[in-house]
Amino acid sequence: MEQLSYAAGTIVTGVFGCVAWFWGSNLILDGVWPSRGPHAGRNILRANMVRPWLFIGPAILFLAVYLVYPVFDSLWRSLHDAGGRAWVGLDNYRWLAGDAKFREAILNNLLWLLVVPAAATFFGLLAAQVTDRIRWGNVAKSFIFMPMAISFVGAGVIWKFVYDYRAEGQEQIGLLNALWTALGHPPETWLTIPFWNNFFLMAVLIWIQTGFAMVILSAALRGIPEETIEAAILDGATPWQLFFRIKVPQIWGTIAVVWTTITITVLKIFDIVFVMTNGQWGTQVLANLMYDWMFRGAPDYGRGSAIALVIMALVTPIMVWNIRNARREMMG
Amino acid sequence: MSQIAGTRARLVWAVNLAALLLVLLWTVPTFGLLVSSFRDRDQIAASGWWKAAFPSTASAFVRAGGADTAVQEGDLWVISGTVLEKGQRLDAWGVTSREPEAYRPGETAALKDGQSLTVAADGSYRLSSPTAFTGGRAMRIFVTTTVPPRVTTENYARVIGAEGLGQAFLNTLTVTIPATVIPILIAAFAAYALAWMEFPGRALLIAAVVGLLVVPLQLALIPLLKLHNDIGIGKGYMGIWLAHTGFGLPLAIYLLRNYMVGLPREIIESARVDGATEFQIFRRIILPLSFPALASFAIFQFLWVWNDLLVATVFLGNRHDQLVMTGVLRELMGSRGGDWEILAASAFVSISVPLLVFFAMQKYLVRGLLAGSVKGG
Repeated sequence: MEQLSYAAGTIVTGVFGCVAWFWGSNLILDGVWPSRGPHAGRNILRANMVRPWLFIGPAILFLAVYLVYPVFDSLWRSLHDAGGRAWVGLDNYRWLAGDAKFREAILNNLLWLLVVPAAATFFGLLAAQVTDRIRWGNVAKSFIFMPMAISFVGAGVIWKFVYDYRAEGQEQIGLLNALWTALGHPPETWLTIPFWNNFFLMAVLIWIQTGFAMVILSAALRGIPEETIEAAILDGATPWQLFFRIKVPQIWGTIAVVWTTITITVLKIFDIVFVMTNGQWGTQVLANLMYDWMFRGAPDYGRGSAIALVIMALVTPIMVWNIRNARREMMG
Repeated sequence: MSQIAGTRARLVWAVNLAALLLVLLWTVPTFGLLVSSFRDRDQIAASGWWKAAFPSTASAFVRAGGADTAVQEGDLWVISGTVLEKGQRLDAWGVTSREPEAYRPGETAALKDGQSLTVAADGSYRLSSPTAFTGGRAMRIFVTTTVPPRVTTENYARVIGAEGLGQAFLNTLTVTIPATVIPILIAAFAAYALAWMEFPGRALLIAAVVGLLVVPLQLALIPLLKLHNDIGIGKGYMGIWLAHTGFGLPLAIYLLRNYMVGLPREIIESARVDGATEFQIFRRIILPLSFPALASFAIFQFLWVWNDLLVATVFLGNRHDQLVMTGVLRELMGSRGGDWEILAASAFVSISVPLLVFFAMQKYLVRGLLAGSVKGG
């Protein structure tokens, strides 16, 4: 309870502090360069040059300290030893190149990258197309969208229960093994099967992300001009052709946005692997490997930072693409 | 014509069926855990959750009382007791592991040395012998029992109390609320400046915000933890509030700016002509009109902070009473891997609030997603 009042106090202080800053600094600005009187014109001009920076200042400060500075600090750390004191040049990266665990992690990340965005977009498109055509579509959408509100850890528990294993002869309480044994196979410990266990982890993320893809693609599908569809129907297009030849090409832009957004999530994927296998049995991914080096046993910030920068490097092309898109949109 | 109608009807069927299948696939895993959270440990182990609505049958053996519990009745020595626990019903019983269901309730089995065993339907048994029982291991009685379906809320009581989830709930709430409120305010002002004020470097700043949207948090952990230690914040709520504020700002600014740019220019221009200051315009016009976007971001940030594990693990202490719910859940997955009644109930306590927010505010969530993504395409 005490901490809740601390939290409430922080909210009040924070909100009050923000308001005081914005209101107070504006007041001072108006006092220094009043917009009335002999130099009104010059003063307004001056005030208008300063004011945007008052509005945007706190945000810039936060962004600089919490997102920009860490990138450079990590870069610096990745060129230093475990404790961050001695300069080691590119040794950490050289170590990465030869490390078997790192190779496993990056290959797994690439596997995730190939499978998850494609699968989530595919299921999202399917769900969008299907739910837009039925009467209970909104209810159906709600349910498919729901996993988005569930934490990765919660989803981990939910799916670990699906994958639960009981020795042969016992009653299987995991859904997957129950179905599997009903088909006459012996039960499996799904999360320890080399290589394929990656797919069982990916299923969790696909399950979470499909709703996101569905919502956006559904809006895009509904935005397609009616005329193109009517014309295609009049020309005798089958539903199949209608979908793949007429609708999908018109929403390529949106599909690309969905795809890249999910790709970013995949590159940073951590919680699911962390709680379900912790990178054992050949399921290591970059973010979890980085966590291992930074926070487990004897921390090695140099190597951990190097891995973090590899993730950053993988994200960068998408970042550039996003910025170019945003700029083009602003110009147009 | 009728042929076309037939194809159409079949198509409608197929679409409905496909939708139903998708919905089932997407809800069944969660539903299974929800059902399990209301079953007790034995029920969960005895049968799959999909059988929860039906009576479950279990086979086990019970040891009869030892020789020392025998009492003499006339010229017979008798050991008696019960083979059932509360709530169980006896279906069949037996005296060997090869034939554990040889006898019905109420029947009597003749054993070696003139002994006999009767197990009644209510579970009471009576083992009688013409000679005194000698030591050694007591005999095993194999029983097949049925437990009627039963709903229990004990799991929830237990995880909230003994497993410390109640405290974790408070901790999560403490982290989440300031971390949701503070960035909104900071972002709203910044978004207004980026949307409606002219100044050099504006385009560059917008590009920077778009770029920062995707910076991996992983990069920020160690540098910021060091920074917090150096300036004396250390590990604790203040640190995590600041961190979440920083991490949430790019999305907040991006969403709000996109929304504010779309507001009608005439309103803002005419207010300026009327001599309203920028601060007044912001407070009286922009803020109220931007409510949908503010709500969207608030929901995003709330869900993201509530569900976060990584930032909390790094920026909060790791003592059990300092953990947030995702942290406790992770700990339980490690230490109580097989105790599904605990895990299921804990998972549901932790996802109940996000689910509630989700179903109540879905409209704003969808709107926010669309503002954030479709425009970019």
